[in-house]
Amino acid sequence: MTTLTPILTKHWDRPDSFTREAYEDDGGYEALRTALGMPQDDIIQAVKDSGLRGRGGAGFPTGMKWGFIPQADGKPHYLVVNADESEPGTCKDIPLMMANPHALVEGVIISAYAIRANIAFIYVRGEVLHVIRRLQQAVAEAYEAGYIGTDILGTGFDLELVVHSGAGAYICGEETALLDSLEGFRGQPRLKPPFPAVAGLYGGPTVINNVESIASVPAIVANGADWFASMGTEKSKGFGIFSLSGHVTRPGQYEAPLGITLRELLDMAGGVRAGHQLKFWTPGGSSTPLFTDEHLDVPLDFESVGAAGSMLGTRALQIFDETTCVVRAVLRWSEFYAHESCGKCTPCREGTYWYKQMLKRLEQGQGSEEDLDTLLDLSDNILGRSFCALGDGATSPVTSSIQYFRDEYIRHFEMGACPFDHAASTVWAGEK
Amino acid sequence: MNIRRADESVEGSATVSTSFEPEVLERLERDAKEIIARYPKPRSALLPLLHLVQSEEGYVSEAGVRFCADAVGITPAQVTGVVTFYTQYKQHPVGDFHVGVCINSLCAIMGGDQIWRELSEYVGVGHDESTEDGKVSLERIECNAACDYAPVMMVNWEFFDDMTPDKAKQLVDDLRAGKQVAPTRGAESVCSWKQASRVLAGFNDGRAGEGAQAGYASLRGLQLAKDSGWAAPEPERGAE
Repeated sequence: MTTLTPILTKHWDRPDSFTREAYEDDGGYEALRTALGMPQDDIIQAVKDSGLRGRGGAGFPTGMKWGFIPQADGKPHYLVVNADESEPGTCKDIPLMMANPHALVEGVIISAYAIRANIAFIYVRGEVLHVIRRLQQAVAEAYEAGYIGTDILGTGFDLELVVHSGAGAYICGEETALLDSLEGFRGQPRLKPPFPAVAGLYGGPTVINNVESIASVPAIVANGADWFASMGTEKSKGFGIFSLSGHVTRPGQYEAPLGITLRELLDMAGGVRAGHQLKFWTPGGSSTPLFTDEHLDVPLDFESVGAAGSMLGTRALQIFDETTCVVRAVLRWSEFYAHESCGKCTPCREGTYWYKQMLKRLEQGQGSEEDLDTLLDLSDNILGRSFCALGDGATSPVTSSIQYFRDEYIRHFEMGACPFDHAASTVWAGEK
Repeated sequence: MNIRRADESVEGSATVSTSFEPEVLERLERDAKEIIARYPKPRSALLPLLHLVQSEEGYVSEAGVRFCADAVGITPAQVTGVVTFYTQYKQHPVGDFHVGVCINSLCAIMGGDQIWRELSEYVGVGHDESTEDGKVSLERIECNAACDYAPVMMVNWEFFDDMTPDKAKQLVDDLRAGKQVAPTRGAESVCSWKQASRVLAGFNDGRAGEGAQAGYASLRGLQLAKDSGWAAPEPERGAE
């Protein structure tokens, strides 16, 4: 049986966990001292050896990303933390920054030192006021302690760290759209290549990493790459925060080695809510194809989830029971993608619009099986033809729901209405 | 009486909506300078500058657009192009308390749809509309990264977890009655929309120490691990 491994979450139950004092009390900023005494390339190598892969969804090896930064090129390098957590179902970085912002700040300093950046940004979504306060405070405390600024701890390393609030745009979680936004433009993705490692912020070499990836770096420096790699699976090493939400008895954050299964996690979380059964779930947010109760034993690592037809994504496990209308869930996600499509490319802009129009009608039972073929055809014209992953992600709920729940769509058409009682899905169903 | 900026064209209509009073302008320019100094290139300051002008007027007015354009050396049209892209910038005044109800799939299904329906009817305003007293405005919001506390609402971007239709109505009643309202995970009381915008512009309001470090759901895994005696493996001594 896999058990939980609290590392990033380890001290979240301490009431003052977000202060520098508490963080240092629990050994915080010791990894920074170690790192600043190491050659930069050794840190990059340690992160490579650890097997850490990006925790923002795509799972690209973090150390390899860092290694792409051209060294001794005389250009300013930039480190940008993607704290624009907005993927539906994803809710791990926000509590991390609320309870333990110093883990991120320490990670930023070590990572910036490793890639030889003297300016770093934390791009945090703007809709989380108190998290922004905590970040601002943590950064201010780190400046006071001399962990950020000029000649950090007497090593000659200089770093400025800016907390930058976004303004409400899911697309800014896409790394190149984030860069455009950080440069003061509409957040629209850029054509790749060139990749940000070569031409990123202001055209300079830039590393963009997710909050959890960067916050994992101090533990790797402190405990070693082998320690990190001793957890997880062969190709998906280490630990991650799994977020359970929806129709589950005890929703919340569960930090575990990659490769744990939903069956194990559900056991820990008290199972699907009393008297109900699992119907469908997302392994990593709404952009990852739906799974059903057939997939309870799929190891939640990059390879296994991929082989089973979905993606590990952000480990955002949204659990829905048998009271839930899948067409309704897919309609709402499609409305989200249509709202958040940046409009730059036609397949995504027009495709998500038509998803929305069609699904609204189908959810009301106005449709036929032919419409499902049209939806799949439309999906073929979005997937792989969009400028960035937003369009690809928008197709996931549509195609996977038709794959697993075609009959449910047809029941809508036969009844000429939604066959579900929406009140039965609410938290307060059965009360009163 | 409005004073035009020296570099403003004479034809520009000098009304309240297109320029700021001199003392306001002076204050904004001081803040703008501080914001711009954070970045290697001035245009990077545009998003925080827009939060700044929103903290002054509660929305991004024509005056706000012009101010930002001048501050970073671009045209008002370029600034407007940015304003209209991001949902947090409001182009008309919102309430002192901007209330969001998450209607993305998970929250909607867990009860967010019913909360929205009942609240909107109760308050008598729809999406992106304000009450006549200007106290409260409502918005259908997308996922706010608090799914383990669904259904979720936000007031001036502070978290209100585990909501119900009744709690939502009580919340709005309290806000309209001028009572202090505390978010579930956030500061001890909700600040005004303008004050919140100022924090987003990068000005620390000194309230980071208020409120809990984490909500109950955020701690569930940790609690279970402690109760079960589970922990991460110990690092080997002499590790690099």
